[in-house]
Amino acid sequence: MVRLKLTLKTCVLLTGLVFLLVLPLIASALEEQFYIGMFSRILIYALAAVSLDLILGYGGMVSFGHAAFFGTGAYVVGILAFHGVENSALLHWPLTLLGTENVLLSWPVAVLVSAVLAAVIGAISLRTSGVYFIMITLAFAQMMYFFFISLEKYGGDDGLSLLQRNSVGGIDLGDDTNFYYLCLALLIGFLFLCHRLVNSRFGMVIQGCKENERRMGALGFPTYRYKLLCFVIAGAGAGLSGALMANLAEFVSPSLMHWRISGEILVMVILGGMGTLFGPVFGAAGLLLLEEFLSIYTEHWMLFLGPAMILVVLFARRGLYGSFVEKREKNG
Amino acid sequence: MYFLLFLQQFLNGLQAGVMLFLMAAGLTLVFGIMDLINLAHGSLFMVGAYLCATVFQQTGSFFLGLAVALPGTALVGIAVEIITLRTLYTRDHLDQVLATFGLILFFNELTKIVWGPRALFLDVPELLSGTVEIIPGAPYPTFRLAIIGVGILVAIFLYLTVTRTRVGMLIRASATNREMVGALGVNVKLLYTLVFGLGALLAGLAGAMAGPLIAVEVGMGEDVLILTFVVIVIGGIGSIRGALVGAILVGLIDNLGRAFLPALFKVFLDPATADGVGSSLASMAIYILMALVLAWKPRGLVPAYG
Repeated sequence: MVRLKLTLKTCVLLTGLVFLLVLPLIASALEEQFYIGMFSRILIYALAAVSLDLILGYGGMVSFGHAAFFGTGAYVVGILAFHGVENSALLHWPLTLLGTENVLLSWPVAVLVSAVLAAVIGAISLRTSGVYFIMITLAFAQMMYFFFISLEKYGGDDGLSLLQRNSVGGIDLGDDTNFYYLCLALLIGFLFLCHRLVNSRFGMVIQGCKENERRMGALGFPTYRYKLLCFVIAGAGAGLSGALMANLAEFVSPSLMHWRISGEILVMVILGGMGTLFGPVFGAAGLLLLEEFLSIYTEHWMLFLGPAMILVVLFARRGLYGSFVEKREKNG
Repeated sequence: MYFLLFLQQFLNGLQAGVMLFLMAAGLTLVFGIMDLINLAHGSLFMVGAYLCATVFQQTGSFFLGLAVALPGTALVGIAVEIITLRTLYTRDHLDQVLATFGLILFFNELTKIVWGPRALFLDVPELLSGTVEIIPGAPYPTFRLAIIGVGILVAIFLYLTVTRTRVGMLIRASATNREMVGALGVNVKLLYTLVFGLGALLAGLAGAMAGPLIAVEVGMGEDVLILTFVVIVIGGIGSIRGALVGAILVGLIDNLGRAFLPALFKVFLDPATADGVGSSLASMAIYILMALVLAWKPRGLVPAYG
């Protein structure tokens, strides 16, 4: 039996959870269906941001190319659906692969492909560190961006439209509320996974590498392999969020892996507070709501968002959630 | 026939490489000396191009545009350095990346407000609008040759400045140990601002010269910025020689790849597939090159120190 202590943290988190749970009901009651879609988007970006926080906040690996995995996950779903609708084979040789629109097939494939991509990119990038790592992850993401632009068969620059959302069993994901709850469930599931992960021995090693990699190596941990595995898990998480994004928008395009998306996911993590589990969720909500809010008043909202970002970096180093809610306990 | 085409593409690659060198030199100088990673360097490229295009549209003279764009971009760079970047020198790279990312958004939007969302066009100056036959039968645009010439001059100028002058000596010294140089009575803050201004000036020069070749539009600096990153990662961060080597390599491989890879694949694939594979491989070629270089030498081809 877990006893909840009534701290600021549990209050904020419970309020947040209750809010997210009842949001579709309120939105439907107010006949503002628009908000369901908007918050689905927030949940999806939150998932991507949490996965980035795993390597950035806990592992100290500043990846500026997280959108590569996000976009790849989306494209896998898009391409599989494309062939599913056409009923054509994706691949004839060495084995015949057919397209599919089934969630239970298509999403795991998206996660798997993103993870494999993360393994390849990570294996090369993790040979370096510091500013090299930032630039290399950025460059690899751009490479994927150009790769998908050159895929004329799948729309190239213009992207690829999905005929409908993926389907699973008897649940109609075309319904925005159902889809919203699925996103929420997946986010909570991923948060739980990350919670277990960062508090496990594996998570301790990863955090140790952030503090002092050489010392971890001297203790006998193969740090490269630990970091690579962490990178792969983060890539897989981003791939899942990409798969969700493709379904939400029913559209995929190379712009999903443009470096501006990488930057935005990075900003979400920082804005919320890196190295905290729930910070990125708040960061994603904060950034996307701010965008939405500013764009009501001015078409040039980026003029304010840019300086706002600089101010957060300069003065609110630990992010909104990190500064106000979660005081990270110092445990060496 | 193939040889002439090759030569032409080779020169194009050289020209693109020189352009990248102008960008990379500024970025690598700033990184090497101040330990600052500046994403907004692409925005300075854009500012240079816009300033040049505006003056050109008012007066009709490209050179007048250049004369305004160079000091103009340097001033913008110096202002940015004094207002925001100065506080970032001691922060870690993540903060610098985010803050300068914010600067990009700001600059892009500001440019859109001042100049509007439509692209501006810049003509090649009349003096350089002709072609030159370097090899009989292969006319080549004078303007592109002029860019190559300017790039070589800048490379020589930078080399002499850094290795032979007092300012260059201070630059090298403060890259090694900032506190010591400061303790010897040098105004390090001013030195940093000047170096940043020089980097901005080079970015502005690249932008202004790129104006007649590509559309002057919002976001034009970002593609160049990523290529510049690839260049300095290949060359070794902080090293000007590395920037030169990397820039020429990237320029050549990118251009030659785009020109010849599809044709190369046609030898053993059917034309439609070959075009697809060739062009997608060509667009990834420089990143593959970067991955190979890193797998072989994680600190770049010409590391700056150590």
